[in-house]
Amino acid sequence: MNDSLVLTESTYYILLSLCQPQHGYGIMQQTEQMSGGRVRLAAGTLYGALNALCDKGWIIQLPVESGSRKKEYKLTEKGLQILHNELKRLRQLVANGETILGKEEA
Amino acid sequence: MERRTIRKWFWAWDFDKEEEWLENMAQNGWTLDSVGFCTYHFIKTEPGEYSVRLQYLPIAEENGEYADLMEESGAERLGRMVQWVYYRKKSEDGSFELFSDLDSRIGHLKKIARLLLIITVMNIGVGIINSCNSSIHLGWINLLCAALLTYGLGRIHGKKEALEKERRFRE
Repeated sequence: MNDSLVLTESTYYILLSLCQPQHGYGIMQQTEQMSGGRVRLAAGTLYGALNALCDKGWIIQLPVESGSRKKEYKLTEKGLQILHNELKRLRQLVANGETILGKEEA
Repeated sequence: MERRTIRKWFWAWDFDKEEEWLENMAQNGWTLDSVGFCTYHFIKTEPGEYSVRLQYLPIAEENGEYADLMEESGAERLGRMVQWVYYRKKSEDGSFELFSDLDSRIGHLKKIARLLLIITVMNIGVGIINSCNSSIHLGWINLLCAALLTYGLGRIHGKKEALEKERRFRE
């Protein structure tokens, strides 16, 4: 796996939302809630991303329950690993930012 | 309910201008209600009550899951014209965007470019065959179409490049 992988904000929040099984609209709501309303995934963007992430094997579509036509998705092991790598990268970003800007911020 | 029909032509590569025009109409109290070939049907609404968007969406890609997602996010599907689907959303239900990042906007433009490229190549092919076999005039018409489509492709490419340039330093 490529260690220098950088996720987009949309991808990051979609993967994070899918630590629990979710359907598309659930991902939209959870992302908006987690980001305090700042990140709003649009339907076209989310839909394209879900297909692409399935193709990559980072998420999977769960079998559709009878009586429901809503597809649910869940993170795979590979997806979880990607998310952990990204978190590590983000921590470094924040740490470096704080080292240089920290004093001014305080 | 007060209604109004306007006939207007937009080139496929000017879809952003078409959207802007529809959005302006909605801001002035005329909201798109249904579409036909070069025909737009509007209903009288409060100015700015709705936001209108359109998307290049081949029939094969418009499935139940996507339709559900649009509906749940508050968008109402108004109709399809060939490869384009029109939506509106009440402004009070929040901002209305079909794409929320640069990557997906670039992807949308790429799909439009792909279609234009296929039709251009087909026109060149048929144009050459027509020039050689049946009618030189028919052949010229095909080649003129191809020239126009090439111009359109250039326009789409320009929009795509502008976004890709932006993408180099932000999402």
